[in-house]
Amino acid sequence: MNFDFSDDQKLLKDQANKFLQDKCDLTVVRRILDGDELYEADVWKGIVEMGWTGTAIPEEYGGIGLGHLELCMIAEELGRSLAPVPFSSSVYLATEALLIAASEDQKQKYLPALAAGEMIGTLALNEGTQAATPRTIKASYSGGKISGTKLPVPDGDIANFAVVAVKTGSGSDEGAISLAVVDLTGEGVTRTPVTTLDPTRNLSNITFDNAPAELVGAEGSGWSTIRQVLDRAAVLTAFEQVGGADAALNTAKEYALGRYAFGRPIASFQAIKHKLADMYIKNELARSNSYYGAWALSTNAPDLPAAAAGARIAATDAFNFAAKENIQTHGGMGFTWEFDCHLFYRRAKLLSVSLGSALSWKDKLVSELEKRNAA
Amino acid sequence: MDFEDTPEEAEIRAEIRAWLSENAGKFDEGRDRSRPLTGREVIERSKAWQKIKADAGYAAITWPKEYGGMGGTSMQNVIYGQEEAKFNMPGNLFLIGIGMAMPTLMVHGTPEQRERFIRPALYGEEVWCQLFSEPGAGSDLANVRTRAEKDGDEWVVNGQKIWTSGAHYSDWGILVARTDPTKPKHKGLSYFLVDMKAPGVEAKPITQISGAHHFNEVYFENLRIPDSMRVGAEGDGWQVALTTLMNERQAVGNMGSSVGIEEFIELARQTELADGPAIRNAAVREKIADWHIQSEGLKYIRFMSLTALSRGETPSPRASISKAVNAPRKQDLSAFAMELMDLGGIVRDRELSPFRGRFQEEWIAAPGIRIAGGTDEIMRNIIAERVLGLPGDVRVDKDTPFNEQPTGF
Amino acid sequence: MDFEDTPEEAEFRAEVQAWLKANAPKNASANAFSADLNEAEALKIAKEWQAKKADARYAKITWPREIGGMGGTPIQNVIYSQEEAKYALPGGFFDIGLGMCIPTLLTHGTPEQAERYTKPALYGEEIWCQLFSEPAAGSDLAGIRTRAEKDGDEWVVNGQKIWTSGAHYSDYGILVTRSNPDVPKHKGLTFFFLDMKTPGVEVKPIKQISGGANFNEVYFTDVRIPDSQRLGAEGDGWKVSLTTLMNERAAIGGGGGALGSDELLKLFRGIEMHDGPAINNMAVRERLADWYVQGQGLKYTRFRSLTALSKGETPGPENSIGKAVSAPRGQDYTSFALELMELGGMITDPDLAPLKAGFQSGWLFAPAMRIAGGTDEILKNIIAERVLGLPGEIRVDKDTPFNELPTGH
Repeated sequence: MNFDFSDDQKLLKDQANKFLQDKCDLTVVRRILDGDELYEADVWKGIVEMGWTGTAIPEEYGGIGLGHLELCMIAEELGRSLAPVPFSSSVYLATEALLIAASEDQKQKYLPALAAGEMIGTLALNEGTQAATPRTIKASYSGGKISGTKLPVPDGDIANFAVVAVKTGSGSDEGAISLAVVDLTGEGVTRTPVTTLDPTRNLSNITFDNAPAELVGAEGSGWSTIRQVLDRAAVLTAFEQVGGADAALNTAKEYALGRYAFGRPIASFQAIKHKLADMYIKNELARSNSYYGAWALSTNAPDLPAAAAGARIAATDAFNFAAKENIQTHGGMGFTWEFDCHLFYRRAKLLSVSLGSALSWKDKLVSELEKRNAA
Repeated sequence: MDFEDTPEEAEIRAEIRAWLSENAGKFDEGRDRSRPLTGREVIERSKAWQKIKADAGYAAITWPKEYGGMGGTSMQNVIYGQEEAKFNMPGNLFLIGIGMAMPTLMVHGTPEQRERFIRPALYGEEVWCQLFSEPGAGSDLANVRTRAEKDGDEWVVNGQKIWTSGAHYSDWGILVARTDPTKPKHKGLSYFLVDMKAPGVEAKPITQISGAHHFNEVYFENLRIPDSMRVGAEGDGWQVALTTLMNERQAVGNMGSSVGIEEFIELARQTELADGPAIRNAAVREKIADWHIQSEGLKYIRFMSLTALSRGETPSPRASISKAVNAPRKQDLSAFAMELMDLGGIVRDRELSPFRGRFQEEWIAAPGIRIAGGTDEIMRNIIAERVLGLPGDVRVDKDTPFNEQPTGF
Repeated sequence: MDFEDTPEEAEFRAEVQAWLKANAPKNASANAFSADLNEAEALKIAKEWQAKKADARYAKITWPREIGGMGGTPIQNVIYSQEEAKYALPGGFFDIGLGMCIPTLLTHGTPEQAERYTKPALYGEEIWCQLFSEPAAGSDLAGIRTRAEKDGDEWVVNGQKIWTSGAHYSDYGILVTRSNPDVPKHKGLTFFFLDMKTPGVEVKPIKQISGGANFNEVYFTDVRIPDSQRLGAEGDGWKVSLTTLMNERAAIGGGGGALGSDELLKLFRGIEMHDGPAINNMAVRERLADWYVQGQGLKYTRFRSLTALSKGETPGPENSIGKAVSAPRGQDYTSFALELMELGGMITDPDLAPLKAGFQSGWLFAPAMRIAGGTDEILKNIIAERVLGLPGEIRVDKDTPFNELPTGH
């Protein structure tokens, strides 16, 4: 039994932690919250220099060819620090989509640039305030052009290109969906930042009007690729959520130990102790499910869909709970702009609505269990 | 990251497997399977198997060799447990003796006590029970009122214990009693070894809400215990009891008939709701997913602990969440299963209920599981205090003489 | 059992309806709670309306006629509120003054003070605020540190208050201070009222996570208050505060703003999930049902209280569950609504998000609802202690001099 990360992987995590503590503490996150910049360019530059963007890209495409276990370690630290950078869009979504479905030429064109930080990519899936499904995707592709609106697109105002889910068939089944890569700086693309609940990350409203595009993977295979990308991104995002949840618990704990009411630290009241114990319970269930997800991701195990869903569900629950109860533990100060609690509350919500609702992941998980149960 | 044994572990596992397939297989042969075993027969069988294990050194793998153990690692112990679980071996009557009482004697006992008790316990010749909890002392264990008064070289014990597993078939018990009620509660206790067959000891079974009798009340009426059966100094009973409790295993967490997600999914497939099969209902699916990630989470936490053990490290305290998650989960899952069965959910008849009524049994046992071995609330206090380092509750009972404390009814 | 007015109530309701129809500002309902209406405009309309109400004795229906009230019953007050609510007038500016400050002044002030301040407050000419909470004294109000030191016929006040609603537009405030830190915390407090324009009073808005600023910090630097503005004896401030707090209304209770089951239903009809329209998903329907039942439960709990009022009886304690239910409920359902909108749930642009991004703003305001006016935890303590009669927490701060209590950060 060796259900743990290696010493080298943990060393990488420590380095990531130190770098982010040093260069990306919460005052940096606040600068993005209060200002007009879309992301923290200096932190991003450092991340690229350390090669994190190429962690899981094979060396033949200019990556450093480590693997997804290493990426999980980095993700946990990015989550803990609430780093305002387009890492997840570019690395978990765009890079993974291209690794799975792109042609050799496309890989040669995009992957080295992604690894070197010369390009930032994203995945454009949703269209409005509902689930992205083969029924709700209306953006269309024909003859090398796409038209339609994608809203919101994560880091869409930062990215150089997007892998876009488009309709190529007439029906509303999965076979009608394809993926196309589009240069977001090119003709036919209009993009505007959207005001959101988490201003520390960019979301964009993008309209395509006959924008030049190129299919990624075979026509009609888009939904199958999306499913694989979402499974992989779910594990990585779960690590961000575990990191965030851990930070929220620690913040709550420190405050509860130092805040006195009725002559004692509020941490000595059972109403608070049990709240923090509940956070810890959820965090550890999330962490252990995420570990299993990491194993399944790194070995491409047949159980990856169930493992990813498990990690996703547990981690979403943990971060949402830790973030809201961290505010509650802080009392009145917790809902002031001045205290940092809301940064976690916002980010927890962003991560929980990215990649689909908890209910859709639960449905997916049970479908996997049904297969197992039938076998 | 993988789920494989190290080469050393693989070697040990192979040895254990070989030994088990030889001995456990042989042991199980010739058993009359036409009828369930009687309680007496289960005990005889357990004792016989324990002797075979003790002869081979497997009865207490982590004990030092001088006490008859194997001097092995916790990981070896885990591997043995995993392998033995593959055979249908008798349940363990010796958890309290080997897991709690003897380790306490190894630390606090006199040479004579160790000489007298350790070997018979190891070989299954003597079964032990634990006489700690009382009607007025559950979560607050130090509140025991059973009185031991010195009379020459003996102690005279009067009082009542409760929740004692196996009191009726045990030979010996470990007892915490109050020897000085004028001292604060933690300071007036002493720790004794009790001959359960001695005059003045009476065990009465407790009928639980499930109808089962896992536990007993034990009454003491002028029970006389020689002073040589005292463990640790007079007044040091709390310290000695802590040693015992540190060795306590989370044995209670798995008590009950244990139906899980597999059975629940099967049930949901078979059950029609107003809108179709229950398994297609999103509200049912959500619950399945939630319970699944809880049990998976606990499973992977065990894997993490095993990994630490395998490396010779101390496992993280995260395993302490196990009972706090599992006990309410069992209650929720079984209650919801019964809900799916509609009015039929109330039927408790093996022949009529799906899965031979196991959901019903689980549900009726669940309240006990949320309480025994540490209530949900106490488990959260433990996590808050020992894992997160939060302060303990404000205590009003630490410095007051025991006989001046309020007692309620 | 019915939901009808008694004949007397029906008659009163008809009078109120007629009066409102004749007097309520004509196009006020067009602006109803609208964010377009800025505070200054709202305040102007509110003051004019308050004066009209006061003239007709509707401003304080339950107050005796000799101080400007109507001498009416609590049920008449409820009927008036129900009818006025149909006009959606800007309100809330006078609740603290008329509900808490003036009653305190009437109990503890001189007849001259009562004469001087009651009428202007009633007519909306002077607005009052409450200066109680401090950064280190929220749930534990008696832990306040703002210092008042006697200097001849005056008191010199230094310190900081927080969470003061309306401090920036208030004319007067009631203030609790620590006048003697050498005695236990509840015994060294003294209560005053003061002119908010007094030199040394500085009001700073607090920016909430929702971006709004409903509350203020108020700083006191060498603020001089005449001893004649002391309410109650020196050192009796805690008792005087209790008078005020007994008059406090559970004004905060909505949770999640004006959105309720109807809006949720509308949203769920309009959006697609992975498996079809959200309204057809059983996990969604289950939640909708749970939230609806909670909402109805609170509504009918209010009806039970109204029935008691209508009979001239004192309502039972059942209303105390109100905010403990509604605040977490508001957080849960706004959060779930965002979840179903998937990534689009993050959008706060009112032109892009359903219901003008109402669920988004409700979710951002929800944490404040669970804290302001009593945290979830404090409310449950209140239910446990005042309704169920359970004992209070063990207090370690009752008898220690205030300046010897531990303070943390």
